[in-house]
Amino acid sequence: MMADSASTEEVAVIGNTDITSAESENNIINTMVERGTALLRKMEINVAEAEKRTGKNTVNMQETYTVYLIETRPAESVPEGGTPATPDTLWRRYSEFELLRMYLLVTYPYIIVPPLPEKRAEFVWHKLSADNLDPDFVERRRVGLENFLLRVASHPVLSNDKIFFLFLTEEKGWREEVLDTGFQDKVDSRLKSLSAMFRVKNPDKRFTALKQYSDELNTVISQLLRVRARVADRLYGVYKVHGNYGRVFSEWSAIEKEMGDGLQSAGHHMDTYAASIDDILEEEEHYADQLKEYLFYTDAVRSVCRKHELIQYELEMAVQDLAHKKQQKEELATGTVRVFSLKGMTSKLFGQESQEQRESRLAALDQSIQEGEETVMEKNTECKEFVRTAWEDIERFKEQKDKDLREALISYAIMQISMCKKTKGEDGSAATRTEPSI
Amino acid sequence: MSGQTVPADFSGHMLDLDEDEDLEVFSKNTSLADGSPMPNSPSSMVNQYRLEDEEEQQDTYTKDIFVSVDNPESHITAIETFIMYRVVTKTTRSEFDSSEYEVRRRYQDFLWLRSRLEENHPTLIVHPLPEKFVMKSMVERFNNDFIETRRKALHRFLNKISDHPILSCSEHFKVFLTAEELMSHRKQGPGFLSRMGETVRAVANSVRGLRSRPEEFTLMQEYVEDFSSKICSVDKVTQRIIKEQREYLDELKQYSPTYTQWAESEEELAEPLKGVASCVERCSKETEEQIQHLSEALVPALHEYVLCAETLKAVMRRRDNIQAEYEAKNEALASRKADQESLQDEVDGLADRVELANNALKVDWSRWQNSMRTDLRSAFISTSEKNVEYYEKRAVKGRPLLIEKCHLGRGKGARTPNLSVQLVQQVAINHLPKDKVFCKRIE
Repeated sequence: MMADSASTEEVAVIGNTDITSAESENNIINTMVERGTALLRKMEINVAEAEKRTGKNTVNMQETYTVYLIETRPAESVPEGGTPATPDTLWRRYSEFELLRMYLLVTYPYIIVPPLPEKRAEFVWHKLSADNLDPDFVERRRVGLENFLLRVASHPVLSNDKIFFLFLTEEKGWREEVLDTGFQDKVDSRLKSLSAMFRVKNPDKRFTALKQYSDELNTVISQLLRVRARVADRLYGVYKVHGNYGRVFSEWSAIEKEMGDGLQSAGHHMDTYAASIDDILEEEEHYADQLKEYLFYTDAVRSVCRKHELIQYELEMAVQDLAHKKQQKEELATGTVRVFSLKGMTSKLFGQESQEQRESRLAALDQSIQEGEETVMEKNTECKEFVRTAWEDIERFKEQKDKDLREALISYAIMQISMCKKTKGEDGSAATRTEPSI
Repeated sequence: MSGQTVPADFSGHMLDLDEDEDLEVFSKNTSLADGSPMPNSPSSMVNQYRLEDEEEQQDTYTKDIFVSVDNPESHITAIETFIMYRVVTKTTRSEFDSSEYEVRRRYQDFLWLRSRLEENHPTLIVHPLPEKFVMKSMVERFNNDFIETRRKALHRFLNKISDHPILSCSEHFKVFLTAEELMSHRKQGPGFLSRMGETVRAVANSVRGLRSRPEEFTLMQEYVEDFSSKICSVDKVTQRIIKEQREYLDELKQYSPTYTQWAESEEELAEPLKGVASCVERCSKETEEQIQHLSEALVPALHEYVLCAETLKAVMRRRDNIQAEYEAKNEALASRKADQESLQDEVDGLADRVELANNALKVDWSRWQNSMRTDLRSAFISTSEKNVEYYEKRAVKGRPLLIEKCHLGRGKGARTPNLSVQLVQQVAINHLPKDKVFCKRIE
């Protein structure tokens, strides 16, 4: 089945292979690898392990945190019977991933930057703990971080970034490299722009539509995740109560002569049934994670739209500013006052200015207009360039989203079916076993 | 079948009797209030004999009396409002004058019948009636579900009685089924005071305590205690499951509208999303049906046997009382020198009574156990079958959804073996025309 891809790329190795529910994850990653960026042609990447560390933090207090092991190895085909090369490894903690992502966001504002797995567990249902040190949470986060790296590594633009490369290869000194880029300055202005309120006169319809879609997607996925958490809670309850049957049937079987065996076996089946909920919910957790990724993606989409708005706004301001200056010049040149201005008033009140004054003012204005025209051209180019590069990425993203989510929905349906079959098997055998013995 | 002994006294007579003849054979001198023969009437003995051979309850071809309860109707009088049920009887038994009867009865009439039967056959296991209306639940007395549940239980009650080899021959039973108007009959029989007297004696006896309860009845007693607690637990667990499933269902119902809403913002994904939405909706319906079935099939059966357990306890008590009474008199006999003859007669009579009571119980006990096993087994199996059906439906309906999604095309590229083999099979089997999207992807 893998031969279809007709590529010589090695499949990215997934660290933990014993979760079957990660098959779908596999599919998405395989697709990413096939995209064949230069980076992925060179190396395999995976996040293999997680470990707890304790150390002193910035305020000199002891803290416990988790670090993740990033493995990279050259992507050469391994000869039959040969062993793969030992990977290069380094440890990174979540905050470093955050730093990397912030850098990417600021440096490539026209790109929909892949999201990180959630910082804190949200949409929990009662069995899942919201504790960041909980092993299940850490494991899911490990998978999410690997996914993040692979998404960046398979991105046509982001994969070529030097800082990203260093993140994968330089443990020490990476932090300094990032800070050296001076991206921090841009962070503040980005934050400001994201929260600023301004009105664009002629909004680009495509971006407006995209922002609206993104908001709708965000709402609907949030809703789904909330419902899922509640459903999981309830379903857990149903299965666990069936466990009570197990106990009672066992006790009852002890007092019956003829029905004894049947009841005993029914009891066992109830116990098995009750226990099966854990697997079911874990599979569902995986589906939820896939939805979550796209939930967080909507934030990235939104910020690209906002950035565009900002650029558009700046362009409009520049144009407006230029127009205003030109008008001023015209007024000055012709002596007419079209619009009420203080200058106009004062000159009326205090007399016209001298010819010299006027000429120097005109010259200054000319200068200003020239600068203004340059600004407008710059902004125009910036805007056009932004729109071009952004839409390229948006189209890429749309395709990716459609494929990934279809994949996820299909896997979800298959998973439901197979769960049903498994449970039906349990129930069916329970029925057939109880029948003859009772 | 567990060892069921035909009372040694009667076996001699069985061989002489024609199955179809319904002869009144002499009865022993243990008088019962309604004068109906004790368990030695031929038809009941024949029935009993038959029952030993059969694993299941009587097949219809051996049944000669059919009773049904239906058509509840409100009956309004100046003082009260109550429900009347129609009781229809069809029978070939010759003690009935006609072969068909239709009468109207109310719950109180059933209560009367049952208490008569218990009185006359203190150590037989008379099937319980549905409970009286209890104010604590939110259900109204004339709520349709409540009435229907009660009607079903009343129907079962009468059928249990009519299936019973001894009880179905009761004169009270006949009167209940045939008399146009029951009130006049209800007034007859041992009055309230005599019943009170019996109860007082019973209490006194129980205070005195039994000398020695036969081993088998002690075992029975223990079983009854255990059974009672187990069946109550099963009942409670079942109720709890239903409650949890209802809450699950409420949450599940929220999926479908959300998926539908999502489908509206999408193009490529609209189809699969709508598919998942309809999938989940059908899931909800199935779950609803499952809950319904549990409530209708398993819960009433369990509940009935919870009440049965109480009946069994009462039967054990009554048997003990009979023995206690005999022992008391026996003691009196041993101590008192005067009037020995009449006292001896009395004691003999009581001894017989004890023996009959014990035998009746023993026989009925096996019968009851079989009946219990059959009833509960079919209730549990029916539930399992429903569960299997439920999951099957979910699996089956999921498949067309899957095919739908295949149809819309999936990208090329490596997929895990399981997934792709499944999909290839699905597509091949279904000979789906290739969608242009699908084709595009292949290219």
